[in-house]
Amino acid sequence: MSSIEERVQKIIVEQLGVKPEDVKSEASFVEDLGADSLDTVELVMALEEEFETEIPDEEAEKISTVQAAVDYIKAHS
Amino acid sequence: MSEERKVALVTGATRGIGRAIAEQLADAGLFVVGTATSEKGATTIAEYLGERGTGVVMDVADDGSVADTVKHINEAHGAPLVLVNNAGITRDNIMLRMKADEWSDVINTNLNSLYRVSKACLKGMTKARWGRVINISSVVGTMGNAGQANYAAAKGGVEGFTRALARELGSRNITVNAVAPGFIQTDMTDGLPEAQRETLLAGIPLGRLGAPAEVASAVAWLASDGGGYVTGTTVHVNGGMFTG
Repeated sequence: MSSIEERVQKIIVEQLGVKPEDVKSEASFVEDLGADSLDTVELVMALEEEFETEIPDEEAEKISTVQAAVDYIKAHS
Repeated sequence: MSEERKVALVTGATRGIGRAIAEQLADAGLFVVGTATSEKGATTIAEYLGERGTGVVMDVADDGSVADTVKHINEAHGAPLVLVNNAGITRDNIMLRMKADEWSDVINTNLNSLYRVSKACLKGMTKARWGRVINISSVVGTMGNAGQANYAAAKGGVEGFTRALARELGSRNITVNAVAPGFIQTDMTDGLPEAQRETLLAGIPLGRLGAPAEVASAVAWLASDGGGYVTGTTVHVNGGMFTG
């Protein structure tokens, strides 16, 4: 069973087409990983699917870094 | 395009243009979910579509109704990848007499509905990397019409929304277009007095009202693979009464 960190990293790599080593915990999706605003919405949709949860819009807007995504999933699973 | 049967959502599909659209999309092989504001309307839709679709009750003017209904459709039939925002009302009056609710009801049902229904359907299209949003506008949105400031404002808004959303979603292979009918033979136009009808016909080069099927075929084309390179535009179907 992979850790939450590994599963989040895998999704980010798939969704944004970036290298696994670039997905550092402090990396920002938009500034460091080249995501546009639609990409970030799709990333949240993929996280919802992987972790079988629903992330409300107002929470989704705060998930802007790798760490924020991991923290959110940990707090809600 | 996948081989799976696609789901189309058509709002206001009980009669008139909406019904013709639902029928032609079903003819094209889509599974069509048509919406009505009453149980009776939903039953009518389910009856004329038969096994090719179904009818549901949804009020496009109500946030909760749209959210619940789209969720139900996603679960029962799959996410709609073709959305036809057709439902609309008129509350005609000259501006000097127009009540606040005549204004706001038309804006809410004909324009705010696009925010609600489109937003609810876009996640599914984004995920599929394929989608078609087709908004039914009106020639009145371009030409204006005395007694229809509310309706013209809403339809002009529909066309602006169409252009913006097309630019926003092009990268996800989702096209967004409007179809603007002129005067079409429906319940909405059957009520016109004879004298007004004559004046109207004088302004239409083709000399007749249009048929709902003639609007629906433009919608079906935009929804088809053949219409896949068209986005952000308004297709006018009006017998020549407006030539842009």
